[in-house]
Amino acid sequence: MNYFKMAYRNLGRHRRRSALSALALGLGTALLMFVAAFFEGEMRGSMETTLRLNTGHLQISNAEYDPDKLSVAWEYLIENPLQSAAQIEALEQVKSATPRLIASGIVSVRDESAGVQIMGIDPASAANDPYRTMVSGEFITADDRTGILIGLPLAESLNLKVGDSLNLLVNTAEGDVDEQQFTIRGIFTTGTSAYDKGIVFLPLAKAQAFSGAENRASYIFVMLNDREQADAVAAAIQGQNLRIRTWTEMNQLLVLVNDFSNAYLTFINLIVLGVTATVIVNTLLMSVFERTREIGILSAIGMKGRQIIALFLVEATLLGAAGITFGGLLGWSVSAYFAKVGVFFGDLGISGEMLMEDRIYPILTLESAINLIVTAFIITILASLYPARMASRMEPVEALHGSN
Amino acid sequence: MEVAKLTDVTRVYKIGEVETRALNGVSLSIQSGEFTSLVGPSGSGKTTLLQLIGVLDQPTSGKVVIDGKETTDLNRNQRADLRKGTIGFVFQFFALIPTLTAYENVEMPLLLNGKNPAERKQRVLELLDAVGMNERGHHRPDQLSGGQQQRVAVARALATDPKMILADEPTANLDTENGEQVMEIMKKLNKETGTTFVFATHDPRVIKYADRVVTLEDGLIVKDSKAKAK
Ligand SMILES: Nc1ncnc2c1ncn2[C@@H]1O[C@H](COP(=O)(O)OP(=O)(O)OP(=O)(O)O)[C@@H](O)[C@H]1O
Ligand SMILES: [Mg+2]
Repeated sequence: MNYFKMAYRNLGRHRRRSALSALALGLGTALLMFVAAFFEGEMRGSMETTLRLNTGHLQISNAEYDPDKLSVAWEYLIENPLQSAAQIEALEQVKSATPRLIASGIVSVRDESAGVQIMGIDPASAANDPYRTMVSGEFITADDRTGILIGLPLAESLNLKVGDSLNLLVNTAEGDVDEQQFTIRGIFTTGTSAYDKGIVFLPLAKAQAFSGAENRASYIFVMLNDREQADAVAAAIQGQNLRIRTWTEMNQLLVLVNDFSNAYLTFINLIVLGVTATVIVNTLLMSVFERTREIGILSAIGMKGRQIIALFLVEATLLGAAGITFGGLLGWSVSAYFAKVGVFFGDLGISGEMLMEDRIYPILTLESAINLIVTAFIITILASLYPARMASRMEPVEALHGSN
Repeated sequence: MEVAKLTDVTRVYKIGEVETRALNGVSLSIQSGEFTSLVGPSGSGKTTLLQLIGVLDQPTSGKVVIDGKETTDLNRNQRADLRKGTIGFVFQFFALIPTLTAYENVEMPLLLNGKNPAERKQRVLELLDAVGMNERGHHRPDQLSGGQQQRVAVARALATDPKMILADEPTANLDTENGEQVMEIMKKLNKETGTTFVFATHDPRVIKYADRVVTLEDGLIVKDSKAKAK
């Protein structure tokens, strides 16, 4: 006979009650595990998506360039961008580097129109791979003078398909407006509708000619092998009148949200676990009251306070272990399932600095799983200290008195 | 030898404004090997007195010395220790732990006393045999009759070889036959092992086994007589 056996049998006295309170703890744990996985997936996905599609790890631009203005006036642009990009790409830490020219424009078809960014890209660069997933049609080629790529949401809203033509207005380098007909070569999707609905792609050379930027680009978009190298690489790239911005600078909000999300998660964990812990406390309190006489007897035959505490703590431990194990398995399976299929959110309308894919894929890290399990366990044990101490303080007289 | 000595003991219960003087200046000495009955009308203080002898409770005033130890200054844990080694209890209700088998109930005090498994097993079997319950060791309390439960309780009270066994109305919930049987067992153990027994009881069947009868009335000892035991 030991504490575990005794505790196990005591829990068995009210199987349903024990099972329900373990279940409550389990569901709480499972829920939190899924929430943690979801957050992790969202944060990582959002970070990755934003870096991949929008900012890259580094951007090298003219010192005067203002990313919010989308101006292609010459004084804001960098010269000979293909050459510079090739030089940067030669650096060991750099995965890819490619020039991009961004101008503002308006797509119009019949009587409908939409404001877009016109991005001139080098179709050969690996940095543009995220745009290469085509819903229909082909990716654009470098020497195409009349072809354009548009995103799926824009195609849908303007009712366009491959082969259709559209009218594109551009704000030129001289501050004028130019206009030209383009034929849709392909419709792409990046998985992030908020991004896809507002951008069209032209080959760099065509974009330069069309906007009057000539042999210039807005910036060189750089992806690194390891994003932690951003500062080192930025320091290595020298150049007069250049501005080099790293991904942390460009995504301050995202970095902040990322850091904040951990604190936020901890907060949610404490609340949910606090609530489930009260279920455990309640269960134990009930059994303390029911077992008043029994506790008195144990005390009368010489069981000490701390042994009585131990008995109840072992009960809580068993209850907690069962609930948390169940919850851990459930949370893990649910997270694993959704990690495969994703959770569909669609276009949440979040645009600007922070991009999110339409589907969020939860990621359950071992660290957060262990963290959660340990926290849940500690909270359970801490919460059960109260009923356990209460039991240990009962006077043995109760045992005799209760009978007379 | 003196197992318990109470000197001028009072016990006052206070519930709100109401004070009950359950014991009103009791002095009593229990000698080793005695088989004593505490008798008296309901409310006269028998249970209260037994609780004080058993160090389950503490007197409002007066001195309680158990096995040569002054108990008034002991803390909760020290009292538990004293009980564990010196005193066994048998209650009116069949105070077995419902989740434990008869065997495990008897084993419990041995566990608390840190006896090793081999010692425990031998002792439990010996005790179950002594109370005629060796066939039923694996039964849970709810699978035993009241008399059988009370015999297991006696075995448990004896497990650690206490100096003294205190029993509060041990036969009150038993029929004549089972009551007699339990009393026979206790008397036999008293004779064979010299264990001291103190009962609180109304039951003439118990009183007839006693070799000393202490009568309480309104918290005072009014009579203390050596009886001719059967
Ligand atoms: N825990 C308590 N709180 C308040 N009063 C109590 C308590 N225990 C006993 N009393 C009171 O003390 C007095 C003596 O009670 P006690 O239980 O010792 O009597 P008793 O002789 O054992 O009676 P019975 O034969 O009915 O068991 C009674 O008046 C009782 O009401
Ligand atoms: Mg009584």
